[in-house]
Amino acid sequence: MIWLNQIINGVLLGGYYALIACGLSLMFGVMNIINLAHGDLAVLGAFLVWLICEHTGISPFIAFIAVLPTMAALGWVLQRAILDRSLRSGILVPILSTFGLAIVIENLLFSQFGADSRSLASVMGSLSYDSWALTSQIYIGKLAVLIFAVAVLLLLGLHVFLKRTALGRAIRATSEDPDTAELVGINARAVYATSAAIAVSTVAIAGLFLGMRASFAPYAGPAQLIFAFEAVVIGGSGSLWGTLVGGIVLGIAQNIGAQINPNWFLLAGHLTFLAVLIGRIFLRELLAHGMIPALLGQRS
Amino acid sequence: MGGEFAPAPAEEPILAGVGVVKRFGALVVLDKVDFAVASNEAIGIVGPNGAGKTTLLNVLSGASQPSQGTVRFRNIDVTNAGAAQHCRLGIARSHQIPRPFGGMTVFENTFVAATAGGNRKGRDAYERCIEALELCAMLGHANRRAETLGLLDRKRLELARALATDPVVLLLDEIGGGLTDGEAGQLVETIRELRRRGIAIVWIEHIVHVLLQVVERLVCLDGGRVIADGRPEAVMADPAVIGAYLGQGVA
Repeated sequence: MIWLNQIINGVLLGGYYALIACGLSLMFGVMNIINLAHGDLAVLGAFLVWLICEHTGISPFIAFIAVLPTMAALGWVLQRAILDRSLRSGILVPILSTFGLAIVIENLLFSQFGADSRSLASVMGSLSYDSWALTSQIYIGKLAVLIFAVAVLLLLGLHVFLKRTALGRAIRATSEDPDTAELVGINARAVYATSAAIAVSTVAIAGLFLGMRASFAPYAGPAQLIFAFEAVVIGGSGSLWGTLVGGIVLGIAQNIGAQINPNWFLLAGHLTFLAVLIGRIFLRELLAHGMIPALLGQRS
Repeated sequence: MGGEFAPAPAEEPILAGVGVVKRFGALVVLDKVDFAVASNEAIGIVGPNGAGKTTLLNVLSGASQPSQGTVRFRNIDVTNAGAAQHCRLGIARSHQIPRPFGGMTVFENTFVAATAGGNRKGRDAYERCIEALELCAMLGHANRRAETLGLLDRKRLELARALATDPVVLLLDEIGGGLTDGEAGQLVETIRELRRRGIAIVWIEHIVHVLLQVVERLVCLDGGRVIADGRPEAVMADPAVIGAYLGQGVA
């Protein structure tokens, strides 16, 4: 029973990972940018919500209404001011510029808020610890269910948006071939800026829940980035629903690892990520070259 | 007419390149090219490989900017307007090697063009796409993913997608290449139909006999310069053209 509890909570944790991973996946899928500042943007979102709550005492959900458009605008400006320029200089420069951005965000947060860990738990009533007891051993946190539900709704919304709306189709066309997209009348720069705004908005949602479910500090971003990155890779890069699958696999692995040994929470997640990565490379070699060369790592 | 250039069309040109120079480093690909197409005119562009034909199309469609010179659409300077803006003004082009959006369906390929380039919405965009697909004999494939299409269907989709943007000028880059005679014949029929609908055509093609079934004017480029411009039979008989273009095999 305790294992089932861990698996259920692993699935729900996967919802949070999907939330933080889908923006990373979107930016990679549309603009081919691996945004190393992704986790730091989530932490920035959490700090913005915390700042408003701290000064006004209002619910983080209400504070978030103000944070969301701010983060969307930030994404738009980021694309226009920094990433567009860096994209013209090959594949490495965007990675370096987002790495630089990550350092800037971390140190700005540190200079403003100091090194203390913060949490939104104090302004959200009992939601941080409320749970439903299904049996004596299976507890499901209400916040975890809420996060999972928001993740599924967000992915569903993005899916419908990309499939059914004119802007969504323009984003898909541009992600496949920006030059040809321009030739059929799509302003690729505008599509990129819009996609960045959407991606950073999803990061803001992840940041809100990061602040609600755990504590965060100025340098907490890179850890979140790694979770997001692992969920994207496990689920298959560029696929939105894949981020949910990847997030769930990661969440289950971490919870089962922690059940075996409390110190194995992170380790189990990382090992699962590595196993999937190696397995996928092996499978590709196997399909391309056959069993023996795949086993030996030969290419001919 | 000989080696002289034909007089510019009497009608106001709809799309014109004036003194277009395009350099890539030290290489001069287009060397002061003057080119104009009047509304409802059909022009063929011929010339040996490396003559600058595709580069000229790139400049006219806004995909690349000339090093010198201007591009004018209805007498407005659009030199630096960018490809998306050119498309929305009514300048559409197709690639020599078709570039469909492979992960989208055939219909979505045209729909994204109709909404973005043609600035149409909903029902209106839908009907425009159906019409364009029907014209290019692609309606039966509307729900297939574009990456599953063969070369002929990719070429047809390339044309249908360009049409969905509602062009007044259509720039075609070797759309007949690699097709059988029968397939090329269908293509000629389609493009004639487009002319009847009032769309001006600029068509690069190596298969001259296919080209001559549609165009009433030929422009020959060689080494980035216009070496002949006029009625097809006059251009084809021009010694400079025979020397530069047909010369390798004929002379």
